[in-house]
Amino acid sequence: MTEKHSFGVEPISCHSFSQNRQQLAISHNDNDVNIYNKSGKFWAVSGKLKEHGQRVTGIDWAPKTNVIVTCAADRNAYVWKLVKDEWVPTLVILRINRAATCVRWSPQENKFAVGSGARLISICYFEEENNWWVSKHIKKPIRSTITRVFSAYVKEVEPKPSSTSWGPKMTFGNLMKEFSSGGGGWVHCVSFSDSGEKLAWVGHDSSIAIVDAANDCALSVIKGSFLPFYGITWITENSMVAVGFDCSPKLFSHAGSEIKFVHDLDVPKQADESKMTAMSRFKNLDKKGTAGGDTLTTLKTQHQNTIMQVSVYEGSKAKTTKIATSGIDGQLIIWDLKTLESSMAGLKIA
Amino acid sequence: MVGKMSLNPPTEIPVAATLKPYLTAIRHTLEAAMCLENFNSQNVERHNKPEVEVKSSKELLLTPVVISRNEKEKVLIEGSINSLRISIGVKQSDEIEKILCHKFMRFMMMRAENFVVLRRKPVEGYDISFLITNFHTEQMFKHKLLDFIIHFMEEIDKEINEMKLAVNSRARLSAEEFLKRF
Repeated sequence: MTEKHSFGVEPISCHSFSQNRQQLAISHNDNDVNIYNKSGKFWAVSGKLKEHGQRVTGIDWAPKTNVIVTCAADRNAYVWKLVKDEWVPTLVILRINRAATCVRWSPQENKFAVGSGARLISICYFEEENNWWVSKHIKKPIRSTITRVFSAYVKEVEPKPSSTSWGPKMTFGNLMKEFSSGGGGWVHCVSFSDSGEKLAWVGHDSSIAIVDAANDCALSVIKGSFLPFYGITWITENSMVAVGFDCSPKLFSHAGSEIKFVHDLDVPKQADESKMTAMSRFKNLDKKGTAGGDTLTTLKTQHQNTIMQVSVYEGSKAKTTKIATSGIDGQLIIWDLKTLESSMAGLKIA
Repeated sequence: MVGKMSLNPPTEIPVAATLKPYLTAIRHTLEAAMCLENFNSQNVERHNKPEVEVKSSKELLLTPVVISRNEKEKVLIEGSINSLRISIGVKQSDEIEKILCHKFMRFMMMRAENFVVLRRKPVEGYDISFLITNFHTEQMFKHKLLDFIIHFMEEIDKEINEMKLAVNSRARLSAEEFLKRF
């Protein structure tokens, strides 16, 4: 049901797969990005992207063009191209004065967006004549607890877009929509559904919020008794998986204007607590100074610490069959949703 | 719970009868507050400071929570984006306990490096403070850190009681020895 890949004890701050899922880029919470090649069941290091001066905060591997973009707390982004088995970096000057925090390619892969602590977004695109990446800023008073949809239309690299369901005016940097889930928690992650009609985000107030552009931008929010989420992705048009401080991915569904918690993807096997033998009791007394069996070091969930990122591993956002999660415990786990769905009663992916 | 932390003014949770619910309340609050992430300083380049200590921006701090069992025994939990400060007030019912507690805490805080999460000075009004940053939660298991704090609180009362007994009996013995001469 799950494939576990361990990459040591260092946290995995971010990961990204190549198109064919045979290669993987991971940052181990430091300045470098490691490229791994899949060999059989294991991952072997095949390269190191060493250029950043501070902690790498975002990696995105463009599936079609096979180009990697990375950003880091040193306020720079690099675009890495594979030339004769070597990854060649190109510096992108983002013109920001705080750390870059996240980076994503556009679906067409002709531009990418970098979020930053400088309260602005850099939209970067390649300028042929000067042979470099140019960044344009979206500068609006941005706060950490509100989700906004901006137009990132760059007239230099793409035809004029038609109006979308988020709004008709598509000039660069135009604030299309603005949402707040009301709780005032920091927004950690956002995700568009496959059609682009639904936008989900998770915040530090343990909430998941969704707006449905097709449904007059109706906002729905769910707050449960779980710990805050750190990442979210859509897996069908109506379902999403959220990960975070709970160490277990959770499945949610959205129908009408209601979000529902469906099931944990990680249901630990019930440990036999009756198996406390006299032998183990004395062993515990000897080793740990207590007789109790609750001195377990490991958590019952598969991830042993906060999950930082969730990504689609197999399929598309419209119909995902496998997802990948990586966390602070240095593990990358691939979850097979189909077998999970068939093995757990109550777990139905809408 | 974090949602509550960021919304409500400092809350006093009323006195509990026994130690158990007190510790349970602390454990749950800590669990919610120990959701930390790496966060570089917004003011000093290339620095990474615990925001709960430097308090550089209001936006990064969560509302502090006080959980108290009685006037003396209380816990202050201050959260922020990348760090968490737990300050503990220990029960001190008489002079001996006060002295013992002071000495004991001083002993530990002088060795703060060895305790990793211990702060060198307590927050004003409390006897001992812990500072947990995102680096601690990355290197150690979160649930084990929680266990440690709770275990510490369970043990500290016991320890002081035992020391008090030891001091008293020692005092009695030495007094007896001394008075034998007369």
